[in-house]
Amino acid sequence: MASRKESATASAAVMAPTTGTLDSPVKQIQIEGLVVLKIIKHYQEEGQGSEVVQGVLLGLVVEDRLEITNCFPFPQHTEDDADFDEVQYQMEMMRSLRHVNIDHLHVGWYQSTYYGSFVSRALLDSQFSYQHAIEESVVLIYDPIKTAQGSLSLKAYRLTPKLMEICKEKDFTPEGLKKANIGFEHMFEEVPIIIKNSHLINVLMWDLEDKSTVADKHELLNLSSSNHLEKSLQLLMDRVDDMSQDIVKYNTYSRNLSKQQQQKHQYLQRRQQENVQRQTRGEPALPEEDISKMFKPPQAPPRMDTLLIAGQINNYCQNVKEFTSQNLGKLFMAEALQGHN
Amino acid sequence: MSVYGPVVKIHPVVLASICDSYERRNEGASRVIGTLLGTVDKHSIEVTNCFSVPHNESEDEVAVDMEFAKNMYELHKRVSPTEVIIGWYATGFDITEHSVLIHEYYSREATNPIHLTMDTALQSSKMSIRAYVSAQMGVPGKTVGVMFTPLTVKYVYFDTERIGVDLLQRTRVLPNRTKGLTSDLSQVGGSAARVQDMLTTMLAYIDDVLSGKVAADNSVGRFLMDLVNKVPTISAEDFENMLNSNINDLLMVTYLSNLTQAQIALNEKLVLL
Repeated sequence: MASRKESATASAAVMAPTTGTLDSPVKQIQIEGLVVLKIIKHYQEEGQGSEVVQGVLLGLVVEDRLEITNCFPFPQHTEDDADFDEVQYQMEMMRSLRHVNIDHLHVGWYQSTYYGSFVSRALLDSQFSYQHAIEESVVLIYDPIKTAQGSLSLKAYRLTPKLMEICKEKDFTPEGLKKANIGFEHMFEEVPIIIKNSHLINVLMWDLEDKSTVADKHELLNLSSSNHLEKSLQLLMDRVDDMSQDIVKYNTYSRNLSKQQQQKHQYLQRRQQENVQRQTRGEPALPEEDISKMFKPPQAPPRMDTLLIAGQINNYCQNVKEFTSQNLGKLFMAEALQGHN
Repeated sequence: MSVYGPVVKIHPVVLASICDSYERRNEGASRVIGTLLGTVDKHSIEVTNCFSVPHNESEDEVAVDMEFAKNMYELHKRVSPTEVIIGWYATGFDITEHSVLIHEYYSREATNPIHLTMDTALQSSKMSIRAYVSAQMGVPGKTVGVMFTPLTVKYVYFDTERIGVDLLQRTRVLPNRTKGLTSDLSQVGGSAARVQDMLTTMLAYIDDVLSGKVAADNSVGRFLMDLVNKVPTISAEDFENMLNSNINDLLMVTYLSNLTQAQIALNEKLVLL
């Protein structure tokens, strides 16, 4: 327990210079090494075939820092009574962990991703329900493929307050989104992560360094890039196709709307003309019919999906750019190496 | 030293878990015990997961919460059905008589369980991690005893685990014990710097050998030959071509992704008009 107090003061010293541009209750995430290892292992064991692996994060909130001290994985949804199993599983797990003094407070969840494709309706819904219940919760996205390429890829996201508002209202029409002035860049905010280990774990690390005979692999300096680029671009193309379909839908909607406006206008005009004619002939004017019943306005398409797709495309592009910049660096290094021959 | 028995392969997750549960132990408890999960092969046992089990230990008696252990195992089995109970662990340096009792219990759960000890109190100046298997000893018919025979312990990693552990190891050199996650080109830079360090060490060694300060080692010489031969000899022209086409690919992809980003931003603005 003494080590915790010590760690709090030590980390407080690091806290001051970190970026504080987020106006959310959580400005930084502190993860223990154990959690990182567990997430990696969970994906390694379970995630080879299926899409995503998920799990729960446990920890506590200290000032404006979210400390994640432990985690446990979720079983896959293989059986039909998955719902009941999940809740019960979670309850039992938390109860058991409490017995061994592990922090049993739910602070978020983690998910693995395939080449960066995680911006989906399901994620949004889950994160919204989490953030609604627990103010400071985050979702950790672990990218195993990028990690295998040489550097641990772990990112923490929260929903921006604006997006939370919209999700609460469930108002996904174009007018609603315009009012909130939300763009795809304001959907998720990334929270910086730092990794901290206790002293004992550091001792363990020193020990492992001594004993382990595995050579230092330098996957990061691997030059081959076409495979990764191909897959990323394919995913990007799919998304862009989805996006264009969505745009077409929106276009037809707006065209229909304007056509309807025109029709309404014409109808009104005709009515007025007829009324004038009747008046000159001395007959009673025709009643003004209820226009809105005759011309039903077309359904405005929900814009939430568009927003999600745009966010996803943005994410893909960022990843691709990061990847290409790294590879360019590597290629220039290789050129320098060969140049000496 | 060659020992009889299977080789025990441990993943770093297990060790980190044990350390963590030791840190969180109840007041007054001097050590922690728990169950080890993993898979059994013909000649090796791979330990991939573990969880701690609450227990009470005093001078003459030991009480372990078996219900809890069973429950936890069920829960864990739902996530990873391939893991089985393969033994148990305890922190502390020595094996006590209580360990024998606990070991007996675990023999009921698994065939030939292994016992892992981890010295978290650092009695010797290192954290010694050892594994044992129990064997019967003594004169048959008379009092039979149990002997714990040590096994060889190896550390294995998955690829991604290796990278995770590398990152974690970098926290130990900083005074605050914290480390942020870097990204982009700085990672490549870091990796290159490490390779450069290794090369300088090697060059220093070669200089020493050449000037006669250190005796030449044949095996090291062979490794160096392999290394030098690994650099492929390509004609300058071919290399230029390959390099240029690669760079062109990457630049094109960057351009396309920038274009896409601009496109969706525009689309956004238009919709919100």
